[in-house]
Amino acid sequence: MSAVDEVANDAPPVEAVPKRAMTLGTGASLVMLALLIIGPMFVKNFIVFQLTMLLIYALAVLALNILTGGSGQFSLGQSAFYAVGAYTSAILMEHFGVNYVLTLPVAGLICFGFGFLFGQPALRLSGIYLALATFALAVAMPQLLKLGVFEHWTGGVQGLVVTKPDAPFGLPISQDRWLYYFTLTVAIGIYIASVNLLKSRSGRAFMAIRDNEIAASAMGVDVALYKTLAFGVSAGITGVAGGLGAIAVQFVAPDSYTINLAIALFLGMVVGGVGWLPGSIVGSAFIIFVPNIAEGISKGLSGAVFGVLLFLVIFLVPHGARQVAMVAQHMLGKLRKG
Amino acid sequence: MPFNQLRLGAFSAAVAMLAVTSSGALAQKKYDTGATDTEIKIGNIMPYSGPASAYGVIGKTEAAYFKKINAEGGINGRKINFISYDDAYSPPKTVEQARKLVESDEVLFVFNPLGTPPNSAIQKYLNSKKVPQLFVATGATKWNDPKDFPWTMGWQPNYQNESQIYAKYILKEKPNAKIAILYQNDDYGKDYVKGLKDGLGAKAATMIIAEESYETSQPTIDSNIVKLKSTNADVFFNVTTPKFAAQAIKKMHEIDRKPMHILNNVSASIGSVMKPAGFENGQGIISSAYLKDTSDPQWKNDAGMKAFDEFLTKYFPEGNRIDGSVMYGYTVAQGLVHVLKACGDNLTRENVMKQAASIKGLELGGLLPGIKVKTSATDFAPISAVQLIRFKGEAWERFGEIIEADVGG
Amino acid sequence: MELFINQVLAGIATGAIYACMALAVVMIYQAIDHLNFAQGEMAMFSTFIAWQLMQWGVPYWWAFLLTLAFAFAGGILIERLLFKPLAKAPVLTNVAGFIALFAIVNSVAGLVWDFTIKPFPTPFGSAPFLGSQLISTHQAGMIGVTVGLLILLYLFFQFTRIGLAMRAAASLPESARLVGINTSWMIALGWGMAAAIGSIAGILIAPVVFLEPNMMGGVLIYGFAAAVLGGLTSPLGAVVGGFLVGVFENLAGTYIPEIGNELKLPIALALIITVLVLKPAGLFGRPIVKRV
Repeated sequence: MSAVDEVANDAPPVEAVPKRAMTLGTGASLVMLALLIIGPMFVKNFIVFQLTMLLIYALAVLALNILTGGSGQFSLGQSAFYAVGAYTSAILMEHFGVNYVLTLPVAGLICFGFGFLFGQPALRLSGIYLALATFALAVAMPQLLKLGVFEHWTGGVQGLVVTKPDAPFGLPISQDRWLYYFTLTVAIGIYIASVNLLKSRSGRAFMAIRDNEIAASAMGVDVALYKTLAFGVSAGITGVAGGLGAIAVQFVAPDSYTINLAIALFLGMVVGGVGWLPGSIVGSAFIIFVPNIAEGISKGLSGAVFGVLLFLVIFLVPHGARQVAMVAQHMLGKLRKG
Repeated sequence: MPFNQLRLGAFSAAVAMLAVTSSGALAQKKYDTGATDTEIKIGNIMPYSGPASAYGVIGKTEAAYFKKINAEGGINGRKINFISYDDAYSPPKTVEQARKLVESDEVLFVFNPLGTPPNSAIQKYLNSKKVPQLFVATGATKWNDPKDFPWTMGWQPNYQNESQIYAKYILKEKPNAKIAILYQNDDYGKDYVKGLKDGLGAKAATMIIAEESYETSQPTIDSNIVKLKSTNADVFFNVTTPKFAAQAIKKMHEIDRKPMHILNNVSASIGSVMKPAGFENGQGIISSAYLKDTSDPQWKNDAGMKAFDEFLTKYFPEGNRIDGSVMYGYTVAQGLVHVLKACGDNLTRENVMKQAASIKGLELGGLLPGIKVKTSATDFAPISAVQLIRFKGEAWERFGEIIEADVGG
Repeated sequence: MELFINQVLAGIATGAIYACMALAVVMIYQAIDHLNFAQGEMAMFSTFIAWQLMQWGVPYWWAFLLTLAFAFAGGILIERLLFKPLAKAPVLTNVAGFIALFAIVNSVAGLVWDFTIKPFPTPFGSAPFLGSQLISTHQAGMIGVTVGLLILLYLFFQFTRIGLAMRAAASLPESARLVGINTSWMIALGWGMAAAIGSIAGILIAPVVFLEPNMMGGVLIYGFAAAVLGGLTSPLGAVVGGFLVGVFENLAGTYIPEIGNELKLPIALALIITVLVLKPAGLFGRPIVKRV
């Protein structure tokens, strides 16, 4: 064997993103927040529902971003965690009559544990091997959910219907609007927590591992602990998103959580910009609305149109929405100086 | 030409009925959202992309058929505006599209959405909104439940009933049969297995000696067949979708096994299953049918088939006529047109359901002779009769009576 | 015992499918250092081209050669048009590009040839092979072709300048450039060769599984698994991996009670992951040494 092959190309799978560049400035954050709060007051219930789904997928994309953008680990198995979260909420609500609000922390915790455990064997794998392992998880999940043993709880292939909650305290707003603001509150909470996590000691450890694992361990970072922790946190957030998704859609079934969901979340991360948390919502918008645009252009070729649009996006901005934001910031800076 | 006379009779009866209903409603026109003097807006959801994209052709056929209806003057002067969306067979997306249809496009009703999981996802929503979920494209049993879901109605014979018919046949022909089942591991496969067990009753436990399931992600089902081979079953119940059905038929022949082979109706297509699998491999296979097979030479001069071919040439030339889904879409679209004609000028959601629930023996060109669409206030299963068929030469041979399956969920 | 032998035989027959696909996977990995998710779809599309040519009356072997040429040219064209501009983009962006390509090819094939299954001819016939009904002459032929391809690939990579240059370009592009290798064209060549091998895989697989636009979806998963199990840098590993996965899966489905049948694929994948945890570079792969 030639010597050339024996040293692997050690460019990190994810380029380094400085930690300050992972978030939005205060001004931009407030504008975004105002839009998210006021916008839904003036639109139809159906749009409110779409916006709710937008937030939910944004959370799931954010979770993947923490894992990949934060700690440099790649996952194609997010749909599995999303499914576990969704089924946890659905089963607690329908079989045990637990209040929907309480099901979310449970879903989050169960998924955190699940992710943490999955992170253990994943420690030994990286790059393509980790991709295959997570991919295997995503493929296995619908089959596990269909399994006869669990049928009593999961409803098997037929799935479970979930009751949509009413607004509490007799608030005069529709179920959809209530659920939107509820989801928004949860999403903002998780977003702030994630930003703080990445700024904390743990976040710095994640990024050190992402940028150079060997150097990180030489500096005294407990690589194994932080890598599994990243998996756990990511899975936990995805689980909460899954729980919210089950409540919003009012239905869980194995067919809802196939590998296609994992791929969609992955695309959302790339389009939003790997490692840039605010991009998650842009990525989420892409995976919800672009298929609709594609089918509007052509029914028979909707898949092809989607592919072409995706190519256009990655050609124009290979670094996703982050690149757009950076260019915009740059131009704003120039304007101020000039 | 007894068939033609029959159809003519049915047609004039339908015209007479139409005259009665429309003259009664002439006094006042009543509309719900989605219907006006000039237009009826119909929503539809199909998997144009994703894993079930093979069925997208149903939506395309329906769109083409409504184009034909519009070109011929529409229904009672109103044009059909058919809005069909893609859900990629993913239930969350189905919910989004159904809500878009109802709340944004404001359709009169949702027609023929495809798949059991997608339909399950929107059933509660549509019923609470009192929007008809009409003629759903799935063979699950649960759509015939007018008491709990008065706004949902099925269309084709359901899987469980079909399976029960096979069970009766097995009990009659081979009372001591040893049955091996190969089924797709999803709602559709499990419905068939349940139907067979129900049909065999107490004998199910002893008669069924092997149940093998496969996933659609499997490239081949060879391993499953090998396992079934080792059981020495003398009846093989093949609950598979076209690709796997063709593989199974071919493989059974290759390994030289000749049990009584029962194939589910889902894959009983000459053009898209039996021919690719090889005619010589499929001799003697038993199945059931309610639609005419477009590849069957016996319908060459049939009036219904001629009308179908005319429609294809004129309005859907890109459609592949041997694909069973095309005939399916054509027939269900005809069923809908019948209902809408019967509604007259009273195009409310309530009346659509009422007319859909009072179809009395409608014959359609694509249905086998003797099989009629029938509904009532307590029977939301429009087509519930099938006839057993046996493969001989290059076509299906019908045998036995038309079997009216038991109604009820 | 008979069941065991039969399942192993059937596993080898199915494994040939995976092995064939895994070779194409290894080929592209050697050229671009990651996996191409659209590879199965490209193979499916080439197979449809072969089918179409035969429908137009072109004899089998001519259709085969023309398809091979088409796939090779198509692979190079796709690289030049779509992925060369992305060469500087992050790896994950490239992966998104593969997914886009997947969607485009699948959708176009569905529109052009629709979704009804089509029988595909085989030059080897489908009689029982050596008296076994479980392996047909076609499957035996397929194993033969796979082994032949394996030898050719081995010779190509070990003993030809261009093969060596290609490996160098994939694993250490900068150094390769310094010694005068045109790395950009090496990548394009790798795409072409991978597409051509993929088309052979498609043409061999189609007679068994029937031709339709979603034919390769499942096969690609198994192909990846096989290649990864065998070690992504080793053509021999890929082929051995393919047969192992085929046999693995059948035995798991047959002998693990209750859940074995329903969870065949997950069990097979879990086993592969276990192997990887113990031997991270795969069975035949070279261990990766990391430089800080």
